[in-house]
Amino acid sequence: MNETAATAADLRDTALAQPANLPVGPIGRHGVGYWGAWTLIATEAALFAYLLFSYYYLGASGPPGWLLEPHPTLKLALPDTILLVASSFVASFGEHGVLHRRRGQALVGFGGAFVMGVVFAAVQVLEWKSKTFRLGDSSYASIYYVTTGFHMAHVVVGLVVLLALFVWTALDYFSPRRRLSVSAGVLYWHFVDVVWLFVFTTYYITPYLGFAR
Amino acid sequence: MKEPDFRTPRLGTESPELRERLHHIWETEPGLKGVFGTTDHKTIGIRYIVTAFIFLVLGGLEALAIRLQLAGPNLSLMTPEQYDQFFSTHGMTMIFLYALPILSGFSNYLWPLLLGGRDMAFPRLNAFSYWIYLAAGIFMYAGFVLGNGPNDGWFNYVPYAERNYNPGFNQDFYSLGMVLLGISTTVGAANFIVTAMRTRAPGMSINRLPIMIWGTLTANAANLLVVPAVSLAFFLLWMDRQFGTHFYDPVGGGQPLLWQHLFWIFGHPWVYAVVLPAMGMVSTGLPVFCRRPIVGYSVVILATIATMVLGFGVWVHHMFATGLPGLSLSFFSGASLVITVPSAVAVFAWLATITLGRPVVTTAFLYFSSMILLFVIGGVSGFMTASVPVDWQLTDTYFVVAHLHYVLIGINVFPVLGACYYWFPKMTGRLLDERLGRWNFWITFIGFNLAFLPMHLTGLFGMPRRVYTYPDGMGWNSLNMITTIGSFVLAVGLLLFFVNVARSLKSGAIAGPNPWDAPTLEWSVPSPPPPYNFAVLPTVASANPLWEERLGEQRTRSSIDRGMLLDVGKESIATTAMDGVPDMILEMPEDSVAPAVTALGITVAFVGMLLKSVWLPAWGVVWGGSLLTLIGLLMWLWPRRDLREREPAERGPADRRRLSGEAVA
Amino acid sequence: MTSTPLGYLTADGARAAHIVPLTWYMLIVSILVCVVIGVMLWHGVRRARANGGDAETRAMPVARGSKGSHWISIGVLVSMVPLLIALVWTMVTLAAVAGPPSHPDLVLDVTAHQWWWEVKYNTDDPSQSFTTANEIHIPVGAPVLVRLHGGDVIHSFWVPKLAGKTDAIPGQINLSWIQASHTGRYRGQCQEFCGYQHAFMAFEVVAETKEDFEAWRAAQLRPAPDPITPAQTRGQAIVEYRCGLCHQVRGTHAAAVAAPDLTHLMTRRTIASGRLVNNPRNLIGWIQDPQGLKPGCLMPNQYLSAQQLADVQAYLVLLR
Repeated sequence: MNETAATAADLRDTALAQPANLPVGPIGRHGVGYWGAWTLIATEAALFAYLLFSYYYLGASGPPGWLLEPHPTLKLALPDTILLVASSFVASFGEHGVLHRRRGQALVGFGGAFVMGVVFAAVQVLEWKSKTFRLGDSSYASIYYVTTGFHMAHVVVGLVVLLALFVWTALDYFSPRRRLSVSAGVLYWHFVDVVWLFVFTTYYITPYLGFAR
Repeated sequence: MKEPDFRTPRLGTESPELRERLHHIWETEPGLKGVFGTTDHKTIGIRYIVTAFIFLVLGGLEALAIRLQLAGPNLSLMTPEQYDQFFSTHGMTMIFLYALPILSGFSNYLWPLLLGGRDMAFPRLNAFSYWIYLAAGIFMYAGFVLGNGPNDGWFNYVPYAERNYNPGFNQDFYSLGMVLLGISTTVGAANFIVTAMRTRAPGMSINRLPIMIWGTLTANAANLLVVPAVSLAFFLLWMDRQFGTHFYDPVGGGQPLLWQHLFWIFGHPWVYAVVLPAMGMVSTGLPVFCRRPIVGYSVVILATIATMVLGFGVWVHHMFATGLPGLSLSFFSGASLVITVPSAVAVFAWLATITLGRPVVTTAFLYFSSMILLFVIGGVSGFMTASVPVDWQLTDTYFVVAHLHYVLIGINVFPVLGACYYWFPKMTGRLLDERLGRWNFWITFIGFNLAFLPMHLTGLFGMPRRVYTYPDGMGWNSLNMITTIGSFVLAVGLLLFFVNVARSLKSGAIAGPNPWDAPTLEWSVPSPPPPYNFAVLPTVASANPLWEERLGEQRTRSSIDRGMLLDVGKESIATTAMDGVPDMILEMPEDSVAPAVTALGITVAFVGMLLKSVWLPAWGVVWGGSLLTLIGLLMWLWPRRDLREREPAERGPADRRRLSGEAVA
Repeated sequence: MTSTPLGYLTADGARAAHIVPLTWYMLIVSILVCVVIGVMLWHGVRRARANGGDAETRAMPVARGSKGSHWISIGVLVSMVPLLIALVWTMVTLAAVAGPPSHPDLVLDVTAHQWWWEVKYNTDDPSQSFTTANEIHIPVGAPVLVRLHGGDVIHSFWVPKLAGKTDAIPGQINLSWIQASHTGRYRGQCQEFCGYQHAFMAFEVVAETKEDFEAWRAAQLRPAPDPITPAQTRGQAIVEYRCGLCHQVRGTHAAAVAAPDLTHLMTRRTIASGRLVNNPRNLIGWIQDPQGLKPGCLMPNQYLSAQQLADVQAYLVLLR
């Protein structure tokens, strides 16, 4: 109860080792919370995998003409995709700001990513409005709206996360050591972007490659 | 005074003063704050176990009603509509509200104790997973109580589940309830995975984990990846019903089989998720009563992992009759036959442990050993259905009902009952009565086999599943009567179990810390354990720490009496995933109602979604619930100083007082 | 085993007969495995030297004893022998029974409805095509292709003595085939939960000699005979304007296709999808109270007077 270090007698024949100087709580990305963020990403990625599976299954077993848009226009979707991917870089820029104790950079990063995310969402709504089909028109329409809808829901959550990071950074909560929330939040935003690449490819690129036509 | 970012943990031994200090730090707050805010994994574990047993009883009563209706041909105790709700709710209750939650409950209670830690990796998430489970169970039963219970089986095939064939609320209660339950299962899975990988005792390298950890870990890794499939399936069904989408209805280009694929991609791994943890319990408990470590420890673990991995690749065997191409059928048939091999590994490991050990017959031993036979019976009937042409006759008959009850009761309920007899003394400080236990065991065993063994024959004679009655002259009458009688005997057996629990809670023999002289770490702490589990964190050197001296297989010993104290606040240790080397001091959260608030918010939103078709303001309820959820999440995730999630780590007066113990030591 | 009409441990058709030996093999292997494991378990438990509770457990010393890994390797190796045999035999059997015949003697279109079976004998010549319900006649020894259509929800077409089951799924056409080896009546049953009356959605396959089958087919092609007596005439009128809302009687104004075709009702052995034996008394009982006999079925109670019932009965018995 009183010693602070292991004695030689302790160490002989026992697994007890002199503990090292250990971090107290999460340091940088090293913490159980980051593992937790990855499990969240794993399960949500699985969700999108099943959504895309549903698309491919419905398409492969659907009647001719199932694809309501054999040549979907990329006018809005492609720039929107580029915007979203760019916002990931901006968010990372923000995380680097926290890493290097540059609060201004962090605020620009999180705020910038937030704005870009809002624009993405707005453009996506315009894209929905530009479609000639509605949710209940056919299974293609249904899966399109539900998949992009689920993605939109994840974007909205991501926007709330970015906003929270912005506010917490402004309140000077984070430092290079204490920033697990930042790393987890930015990781989530990256995930939202990567998922979009899969969704975009499925709905906007594979028709040109001949799927379900 | 800024708290240091790094610290070398003090080593020491137990003392009354240390115990008191830790108790003060770790105990649950009194009153309602404690009831709704506790993060103690032992409390949460017991809540899970009690709730799951309540659902077991409800599901059992439904089963007895079903068996009365089927006792003879052409009976009319129930209308078809009532019967359909009874058999569907029975399935839903047993498989979703009992089978996994009971194992989650045991795992929740035992894992930190087995792993030599003070709590799970995410204590608030743990509390949250229970509240959502409770909410989902009540949500789904509200439907049943209101005469709107699920009525299309637990598997809920479309198109019968669509609105045009099923206009009532039955399917909406079930669909939304399952999505809600899926949240609980998923966050629980995340918790178990991170806990197993990161919060173990020093020295507990990956090859020293109790097999129960592996059973639950594999099951939860699978759940993390497949629960979204069923949640999506139910969500899409709800969309079809409420928003006119066409996922499943052929008229709009939908595919009825999409439902079956999504459901069974989840459903098959799920049935392994509800048995692998229980098999882990047997692998951890049976060797204790054979007075030797399990035979083939590493192989059994590999077999557990192999079973789970293969379990992802067999789901089509639930769909053999749906007209799929022959190549696909062959692949899945082959995989379904091959998956019996890792199960055989476990069976022979257990048999060898008994035969090469020195068995002591106790009630726990009887449950753990009898399950081997029940496992094999369930396994061979599964072997038969794995063959496509044979399955084309067997599927959808009572043969499958016999199979699934042997695997679910044999590989879940029997191990669970054994686990109750084994770990009850640890949880309550009292032993269950052995004499009553024998009556409990034998009546349960006989009743179960009387009910379900003849059922194989009923199935071979062609009786279809899911029928509310049957005509005379089919050759099924006596078999059904025997099954009905057996089911009531089984019910009596289970009743005796609950009687034993009730009596022993009050007047059972007092148990010390290690009444069974068992080898794993939970038996080194008092019964019941204090809120902090271990006053001194153990360091382990083998898979059987408390048996090392007697096994005499290595020089290095685990250190139980002396180790890290981690008494500077509410702390535990995190270790590396493979080697179990300490790499971080974990700051654990205080009791918090944020998980309960978040759970309430989500539940309110789901109630709104349910009501949206009959009550216009329901959307407001959805928004209100979502807002409450957001508030709960902000309360929960707001970076806290005491958890070292933010700077500065400067402390206020309250924190300084809490830390003042350091000066006294 | 006629005492188990839906049993499949014996078979009467070429397709089902292929499966029977494999079924018995797997059943016997399964029973043997259970017996062997049971004996091993019993042997192990019987060695127990103590029986009791915690005190007896603590008193028994702990020791690893022998490693025992050979138990697992030998056990698994031995288990794999019947398993591999089953695997190969399965693939061989699957190849033999799966594919529908390339040159079927007869092609049937069976549509499964809640809770009855619509059977169409279609040919290229419409005058040689007809529809019936719930009772399927086939010539013995001939391969028959059955095209399965899902009429509303998923059902499953199963006549165990002749073949394994195949689902009837809306939106797709599944193929099954049957071939009876002996004449006789074979019971079938819907084998996928489809709602309230799933329990009573049976059908019969009648395998007859070629001559009998052709005679049956010719009779089915004829339209309903005209009524003669006044009671029959009144009965026909009721059938046309009440029953005709759902049922078809070819040769009359009753032309709806939402329910079983009644043109040759009296040639069928059972009514209400196998629920009742087809005789006049049951027929009237059924018409009077379908909800009592099959609660939830889609035929509403008719509330006919006694006179109306007598008239309907008089007409219906004409429908051979």
